[in-house]
Amino acid sequence: MSLPNNPNRDLGFGTQSVHAGEARQKPNDAITDSICCSSTYTFESTQTILDYLRENHDREEYGRYGNPNEKVVERKLAALEGSQDAIIYSSGMAAIVGLLMCKLSSGDEIVFFDQCYHRSREFCVKHLSRFGVVTHQVKTGDMDAMRKAINSKTKMIVSESPTNPHLSVIDLEAFVAIGKQTGVETLIDSTLATPYNLKPIDWGVDYVWHSATKYMGGHNDLLAGVICGSKEKLEPVRKLRGILGSINSPHNMYLLERGLKTFALRMERHNHNGQKIAEFLEAHPRVERVFYPGLVSHPSHAIAKKTMKGFGGLITFLVKDADWQATAAIIDRCKIPRIGPSLGGVESLIEQPMVMSYFDYPPEQRAGFGIHDNMIRMAVGIEDTDDLIEDLRQALETN
Amino acid sequence: MKFRTRAIHVGSEPDATGAVVPPIYLSTTYVQPGPGDWGAFDYSRSGSPTRARVEKAIADLEGAAGALAFSSGMAATHCAMGLLPAGSHIVAGCDMYGGTYRLLHKICNRSNIEVTLVHADQANLIGQAIKPQTKMVWVESIGNPLMSVPDLEQIAEVTKKAGVLLAVDSTFVPPCILRPLELGADIVMHSATKYFGGHSDCLAGALSAKTPELHQQLYFIQNATGSVIGGLEAFLLHRGIKTMELRVREQSASALCIARWLESHPQVQRVMYPGLASHPDHSRARRLMGDQFGGMVSFEVAGDIETAKRVCKGTDLFGLAVSCGAVESLIEQPATMSHASYDPAARAKAGIRDTLVRISVGLEDPEDLIADLDQALKRAGGA
Repeated sequence: MSLPNNPNRDLGFGTQSVHAGEARQKPNDAITDSICCSSTYTFESTQTILDYLRENHDREEYGRYGNPNEKVVERKLAALEGSQDAIIYSSGMAAIVGLLMCKLSSGDEIVFFDQCYHRSREFCVKHLSRFGVVTHQVKTGDMDAMRKAINSKTKMIVSESPTNPHLSVIDLEAFVAIGKQTGVETLIDSTLATPYNLKPIDWGVDYVWHSATKYMGGHNDLLAGVICGSKEKLEPVRKLRGILGSINSPHNMYLLERGLKTFALRMERHNHNGQKIAEFLEAHPRVERVFYPGLVSHPSHAIAKKTMKGFGGLITFLVKDADWQATAAIIDRCKIPRIGPSLGGVESLIEQPMVMSYFDYPPEQRAGFGIHDNMIRMAVGIEDTDDLIEDLRQALETN
Repeated sequence: MKFRTRAIHVGSEPDATGAVVPPIYLSTTYVQPGPGDWGAFDYSRSGSPTRARVEKAIADLEGAAGALAFSSGMAATHCAMGLLPAGSHIVAGCDMYGGTYRLLHKICNRSNIEVTLVHADQANLIGQAIKPQTKMVWVESIGNPLMSVPDLEQIAEVTKKAGVLLAVDSTFVPPCILRPLELGADIVMHSATKYFGGHSDCLAGALSAKTPELHQQLYFIQNATGSVIGGLEAFLLHRGIKTMELRVREQSASALCIARWLESHPQVQRVMYPGLASHPDHSRARRLMGDQFGGMVSFEVAGDIETAKRVCKGTDLFGLAVSCGAVESLIEQPATMSHASYDPAARAKAGIRDTLVRISVGLEDPEDLIADLDQALKRAGGA
């Protein structure tokens, strides 16, 4: 984004959150973008269609290929992420499916670090396999294991950073080096970090993936996903989205654009609340262990400090000497955070991964994923810090 | 619970679906249990679930007995003026939004309501203007556009003694900074289009009443006259309220930083911002508002009306537009824009000069905003 009267100024993140990607002068001179619900777009004449087809004009055609509202958000997110391009989807899962369906063919292989969102794992293991794509999983952060798992058929290596729910932070320098040395593309799910805290593109990552439902939308009231990367690499992905149809709606895109206006402010507050609450929990006698990259005790702390500006609002912790029912009772006693999945909104949420996401898995498999019965995951919102701490204190200390 | 926590949770209590964000009700009418047997909602002019939620949130944040949401700030102001019987008298602060000036002088006058304008930052002038027919005193908690700060506590003593209502237009000072009801006001009006909504995308007004009786009287007028907020706007307003405290904190910090910078600028003759030590009401503002003074800053440029126009037209980040309190920074010239509905003589008397520029500071990085104003001032030159 550049300013007409001050073209060389490097604009701050807050300024870009408000203005990047938007036309300075909008139709009807409105200060905010209009919501364009049209499902199809008309041409003045046959000649206009022919010009469009031949010269690939930048305009709308049919709603499944794009709409003005999603394009504004794509430009804004690319500016914030520092990528050439961004493609919006109807959900985070639609985004990863859209990317992998484009980049992988039968016989190809991908390698994942094993701490990851259980639905991404499920899609690869259960569904990509049906199309002849082989998925390997290696221990999170084990770069040697990652290198060993790569062979001539490997097309992509994938990791979350930080991971969910263990908040492990990946050494992106080493991760990208493996990709470069082996000629394999790299994908980072940066949902928990957001570009406010981490810019994987600057480290050389090829694709950055977000569930934009989370911090980007920020108000728990829309679903969206995004893939960021270079124009060249994303061009076929965009074309496939037009066929698969997992585009997002103009109404949702308006809400996402609106949410992004306060992105910098909200992230600053999520970071602040996250750090304070993690410190409170770590010092509390009923807490066995806290997973938060901003804590010195977290195995990823050094890498997190090196690569991230802040550590977000997601905290996972283990309750001391508690079975799953005693852990559930703590959650049930909380008055401020509501019980539910998802994260990144202004409202705090709390859940027990064993119950919310892994209830149907056999105990040994849950243990294999590092999901303990006494584990609580809290998605810290932007409420007053002291209110949240006092609420957790009463929930932990009441019997 | 503290302000920010309440702003997020009050009014968003779970419904049967478990939704974290309550559903948006657009229904214009509601099915009743039986003839003459009324359910919680009947016709949406009288109330809707979505409006009720945002009204509950506003009442809580203002410390009010009840709140009402309107289709615009002027609709809310008009409803409050509906409390004035024909032939009564109102005392109002002269540092006042142009739309309120117009309502009082060109609409309320039709009911023979007499208006006396006084400098509200001098409470004794208000006391002197009160007559037997006076029913209400109307002041802005920070005056628009000259940023005067009336002493609400002192004025409340005067109105209480005289038995008249004190209504405060607190549009420039949202409840995370100042709650006029706690200082003795009876009614607070907000153009909720501004800091409450905060994203320049929903027109809304709000009245908050100190007592249930006053709330009922205002509700009667609202329901009878019908300028209520719609369901989608009520949703957007409520969504905006959740980040209000964060936004206002940031906007106040940036505005102070910009006001200080403007004060040191050779092309700027005078800066009006209550957070500046040079502001005549600074110590009063500190007492009433603490360490935040909102995002509105006015300043006079050296030069003439054309210089001010060039400054307003020359910015990149500040949009040239009326309104305020949103994420995007705005700039305008009160003499030709927000206060053009004043008679020129009244404008001069109120002290609104042609060289006055008003800015609404948004959420951009303050360094970027200062660089933008700097280039606009430089390119505008002098007279």
